[in-house]
Formats: sequence, structure tokens, C-alpha cells
Amino acid sequence: MDALVEVSGLTKRYGDTLAVDGVDLTVLPGEVYGFLGPNGAGKTTTLRILTGLIAPTSGTVRVLGGRPGQADVLRRTGSMIESPAFYPYLSGLDNLRLLAEYAGVARQRIDEVLELVDLADRAKDRFSTYSLGMKQRLGVAAALLKDPELVILDEPTNGLDPAGMRDMRRLIRELGTDGRTVLLSSHLLGEVQQICDRVGIINSGRMVAEHNVDELRGEQELVVRANPKDQAQAILTRFGSVHQYDDTLRVKVTPDRAAEVNRVLVEAGIAVSELRSTERALEDVFFELTATEEKADVG
Amino acid sequence: MLGSYRAELLKLRKRSAVWVLFGAGLVLSLIFGYLLPYLGYATGDDNPQTDGVPRAEILRGMLPERVIDNTIGGYPIFAGALALVLGAIVIGGEYTWGTLKTVLTQRPGRGTILGAQFLALATTVALWVVGIFAACALCSVGIAAAENGSTAWPSIGNLLQGLAGGWLVLMMWCLAGAALAVAFRNVALPIGLGVVWILGIETLLAGVVSSLLPGLKWLANALPGSNAGSLVFTVTDMASSDAPPGVRDAVSGGRALLTLIGYCAVFTALAVWTTRRRDIT
Ligand SMILES: Nc1ncnc2c1ncn2[C@@H]1O[C@H](COP(=O)(O)OP(=O)(O)OP(=O)(O)O)[C@@H](O)[C@H]1O
Ligand SMILES: [Mg+2]
Repeated sequence: MDALVEVSGLTKRYGDTLAVDGVDLTVLPGEVYGFLGPNGAGKTTTLRILTGLIAPTSGTVRVLGGRPGQADVLRRTGSMIESPAFYPYLSGLDNLRLLAEYAGVARQRIDEVLELVDLADRAKDRFSTYSLGMKQRLGVAAALLKDPELVILDEPTNGLDPAGMRDMRRLIRELGTDGRTVLLSSHLLGEVQQICDRVGIINSGRMVAEHNVDELRGEQELVVRANPKDQAQAILTRFGSVHQYDDTLRVKVTPDRAAEVNRVLVEAGIAVSELRSTERALEDVFFELTATEEKADVG
Repeated sequence: MLGSYRAELLKLRKRSAVWVLFGAGLVLSLIFGYLLPYLGYATGDDNPQTDGVPRAEILRGMLPERVIDNTIGGYPIFAGALALVLGAIVIGGEYTWGTLKTVLTQRPGRGTILGAQFLALATTVALWVVGIFAACALCSVGIAAAENGSTAWPSIGNLLQGLAGGWLVLMMWCLAGAALAVAFRNVALPIGLGVVWILGIETLLAGVVSSLLPGLKWLANALPGSNAGSLVFTVTDMASSDAPPGVRDAVSGGRALLTLIGYCAVFTALAVWTTRRRDIT
């Protein structure tokens, strides 16, 4: 499978600021790739380079087999970079008409994308009267206008309310299952966990990890709160390794054995007040990775 | 290219500022070309003092024969300033709204998009010229009918030459506004600088050069405003004495034509070159 986006050794310098520092990135066809990093990490800068808006200082970039910004590459790429930017005096509909003219897209596609982002009933209102979330949705509609193979979205759920966020995530997930390839950036860990197949973590312009989302989650554990604790710990070691965490015990065992664990503890006369499964959240992994990176910077 | 051109026309057509600028140009032409002279004509007496213009002369200035004078007489300065504002708001707006990134990630290249924008501006300016001409022609016909004046028109050749010359003058200022907007990625600054240049600095400079530094006459004669004024002067056949501000015979018509075309080419090239190689952030 040829990669749709291939970036290696990408560097971008703004004066004294090294915004992107030797980033390698590969996005495969049909996947939803999450580009995760804190504010100022270099996400937007990288995405701007991929859409041909800015030139890299060094490194090689190939998008859809071509150079970023080439007409043929742009035609097959839909993007929304940073905040959605449209003509404030035109309606949402007219803004999309305009883009359809530039891109050579048929008129009926406009209605489709407006329907897709649930903006059809406000399409005739001026863009300047839109709420933040509506502007965001128009931005996503514009990105989908060309029916693109590759969709690049920079923080697509920015400014959306919870329901809007849920819809947007579902929409992005659907784009992925439709056979489209999605590259999205986010600083919301839960979001990436929910919608992405793979995630690249960037911090201070450097890629610190690139993993399948499943891989990053790590092993599953059972959280047990029981009394007396020492006795419980002795029994639990039969199931797997045990460590204390705050005043709970954590056992490395698959959650489907929770009932069995409970029965054994109760039969031994131990009071169990809490028993649940947990998994190492992406969040933990993220902070671990970005924190070590910062330490490395200092040292 | 055709799609981009249509898109640019749509943006211009739906933008109220474009209509306001056109309206201002139209109203100015009519007020200075017809309304004020007609008031002077209607209220003046038949034996004017030495500093007045004879009534017959005022009437002649408003008849169809002189329609081109009134259409394009204000172009070198007043309508020119409006055209500069047009170029600056259209091109600068892309930067202040951030829409440049939206447009440049569609499909056409940067050169194509800017080319389409300039072509759409050229179309708009042509429509302005034709619109102002139509309004002036109507006024002159009305006045000729009311005052029993001659309804002779200039030859078609003279009409076309006058309108084309007027279009070139406005287009040059419009491109100047566009090039400044690209340079500053902004709307307000280019408008401020450009308008101060058109309305003040050039006239001031021409005065200083002619009185204090005659050796720098070549420089003053190379400036855009001098050439715009000279071209209008040539195509209208005005007399220096009753030419409106900015219209004067600094250089020959042929030289003015070439200089203005040169300015248009330079402004376009600068805008395209800068846009193509710059980071859009
Ligand atoms: N036009 C610019 N000129 C100078 N520095 C810039 C410019 N754009 C970005 N930077 C710098 O580059 C770095 C990366 O910025 P970037 O916008 O790529 O971050 P980001 O990951 O998108 O952050 P956020 O989550 O806040 O959107 C920052 O330090 C920023 O200050
Ligand atoms: Mg960003």
C-alpha cells in the first residue's frame, strides 16, 4: 500500500522559532490519522506545509504522490486549516458556490455537503452571522466539497457544543469507513482515541511517538478496593501481578475474570467495595511522552 | 481559469463596498460634470465679469460633443483614488479575512487565482467606465434637449479612445492598490498610503519640481499621476485652461500610454511574484 502522505525530516523555521523539527509522518490509505500535540507543538504548521500554503525549510513531503500545492494534488485534497475563513458578506451557500467554481465541482455537491454538516437550513444566511460552531461546520463542508480522497482537518471540533462534537466525530469516523483518508489534528486526547486508527504525537516540533491507538492504550487492569487490603493483595497475586495505587489495588488481569475475582475474595471473607476494569488511557501515555520530551529538552 | 474568473466576479458583484465606490464615482462625475455647471449656467448672467466663463461656453461643456471630457476628466485623481481603494479592498480583504488560504487550497495555482482576480477587477472597472459614460451621455442629451443645444456626438473612434484611455487610467490605479495590498497584506494601510499619494504627494511634487528643481522634471514626468493626467488630456483634447485637477499635458499621449501600460505590468508582476513565493500563514 502506497502511503498517501509521506513526510520525512520535515523542518520549518520562522525566524528564530523552530516550529517543526525533523518530523517524519506517514499516512496510509483509508486510515484516520490523529495528529496530537499541545498548543504550539507544530500541528498547524505541518498541515499548512501539506496543503502547500507554506514552504518547508527542509525535508521531503509527498502528498498523493505529488508535491503539496500542485493542482492535481489540491483537487484530490480537502482541507480546513486553523479557523475556517470565508467571505463574511456572502451567505454560507454563496461561499461554497464560489469554492465550487474554483475547484470545478458540480453544484449539486453543495447541497450534499450542507446536508452532511447539518447546515442546510442556515445556508442562505450571511457567514458573518454564523455562530462559532456553524462557521466550523461550514469549514468542514468546504473541505468535503471536492469529494476528496484525502481530508485534512485542523482541530475540526474546535468551538462545537457536545452534541456538535459527537456529530462531527461520527462524521469523521464515517469518512474513514467510506474509504477516504483523514488526517486530523487535535489536542483532545479522548477525541483522537475515539475516532483515529493511528496517532502521531508531536511536541515542540518533534514527533515523540507514532502508534496504533490500540497499542497505545496498553494493558488492561482491574481496580479493586477491598478490606482488609493486605489479605486481599495476597489472594489477588494468584490472578496476576498486583500493585497499590492510592488506596486501591490494581491487578493485571483481563476484565472478563472480574466475577471470578470477586467470588474468590468474598469466599475468603474479604469485603469488596469496588471492582472495575480500567485501561491505561491515552492521556497517561501522552503526558508520559510529552513530559519526558520536555525533561530531555532541559537536560 | 474560467471558473476562478466567475468566482471572482461573484465576489465583486455581491460586495456592497464595490457598489458604494461605483456610486461615489458616478455621483462625483455627474455633480462636477453637469449639476454644478448647469446651476452656473442657469443662474449666470449673459455678460459675465472677466473671471467668469461665458454662458455659451458653459453650455458647450455639457453637450454630447464633450461627453468624454465629463466622463473621464476626474479619472486621474478622484475616480483614480476610488479605483485604488477598489484594488486594495478586493486584494487586501483576502488577507484580513484569511480567505486567501481557503481559495489557494481549492485547485488553481496562485498565479491563476491572482490572474482571475485582476481580470475580474478589469471587468469591473470597464463596467464602471461604461456606466459613468452612460449616465453622462444621458445628462448631456437631456441638457441639449432642454437648452436647444447641438446634439452632435464625437466620432465613434474618439469615444472609444476616450473610454479606453479612461479605463487604462483607472486600471493602473486599481492595480497600484492591489499591489500595495499584497505588499502590506492589509486593506487600511494601502488605502491610506495610496490616497495620500494620489491626492497630495504627486501634485505637491510636481509643484516643487517645476518651481525649485527643474532638473528633476524627468522624474516628475515619470510618475503615474502625471502620465494618467497626460493621457486623459490627450484623449479628450481639452484646453489646459479649463482642464480639471490632475489633467495636464506633462508628456505626450503616446508616452503616457506606454508609461501607464508599464506601470500596470510592473504592479501585476510584483503582486504575482510576491504572492507566489510567500508563505500564507
Ligand atoms: N507565522 C508565524 N510566524 C512565526 N512563528 C510562527 C508562525 N506560525 C506559527 N509559529 C510558531 O510555530 C510554533 C508552532 O505553531 P503551530 O501553529 O504549528 O502550533 P499548533 O500545534 O497548531 O498549536 P495549537 O494547538 O495552538 O493550534 C509556535 O511556536 C508558533 O509560535
Ligand atoms: Mg494549530
